Amino acid sequence: MKRLLILLLMIFAAPAFAQDTMPPAPYAYRQLDNPAQEEKAQALMETLRCLKCQSQSIADSDAPMAGDMRSQVRERIAAGEDPEAIRAWLVERYGDYVSYAPRVTALTWPLFILPVVLLVLASLLLSRRFRRGGTE
Amino acid sequence: MTDTTASPKPRRWAIWLPLGVFLGFVCLVLFGLFRPADREVASAMVGKPLPAFDLPAATADKPGLAQTDFTAGGKPRLLNVFASWCIPCAVEAPQLDQLAKMGIEINGIAIRDHREDVTAFLARNGNPFTRIGADDVSKVQMAMGSSGVPETFVIDGKGVIRYQHIGEIRADQMPLILEKLKEAEQ
Repeated sequence: MKRLLILLLMIFAAPAFAQDTMPPAPYAYRQLDNPAQEEKAQALMETLRCLKCQSQSIADSDAPMAGDMRSQVRERIAAGEDPEAIRAWLVERYGDYVSYAPRVTALTWPLFILPVVLLVLASLLLSRRFRRGGTE
Repeated sequence: MTDTTASPKPRRWAIWLPLGVFLGFVCLVLFGLFRPADREVASAMVGKPLPAFDLPAATADKPGLAQTDFTAGGKPRLLNVFASWCIPCAVEAPQLDQLAKMGIEINGIAIRDHREDVTAFLARNGNPFTRIGADDVSKVQMAMGSSGVPETFVIDGKGVIRYQHIGEIRADQMPLILEKLKEAEQ
């Protein structure tokens, strides 16, 4: 019985260390006043990876760090910075991993070439097959 | 019926192919289960100079921290990114204390932290820092390519980031940190 009580208490206890208690960064949960700028910021935030919750974008995540990243993105867009420049700034710090937008690099080019190669191969094979079928 | 006998003899080994593929898949899953991929995001700033920053003090009794504090020359030092709300940061406190006692300068950046919480944290765990900057919106953390707490950077005398240690410094990792500090002297 005592054990059960302890278990119940543990379930209902507030998490002892739920990250920090600081108020979020100014633009973490606040949109920019200029709708065009907000739209730009939103599009960028949806393609940036949250580093603490790695299958979410920073637009989707409630992690404090994602909030700080959103705030920084919005502040920079409001200051007139180009979204791709902000992405490049982050990639320079965290590597390609931080961006969800695919990029052709020395490492990733086979991913882009392979479908084309397969398509050419398939069409060659098929055309040979069809030709043979025609002559029969 | 005659058709099938006329066609090329079905390869015997082909019958095992689905099972082989299945076993290969099982191996892949087991591999992923027991050796999960590294989920840490390493900073791409290692080898580059520290970004410019100037942070206010995070506690009353230690000064704040600026990038210019690192470029004055001198011996390599440690830049520890921590927070009072971070449990592993308390775990590495004895190791940091030991490093400080060895004469290594350690500067801190407190992430999203209240002044009184930082003060209480240092009172509880010891204060190995000579300077502590307060980064309330993770701005400097982001500029350094750091993605969590605790992280410890080795900064050489010219203010260049030479090494990033992700996670707490455990007792058995002390030689590693000392080695990286030595490497940064060159």
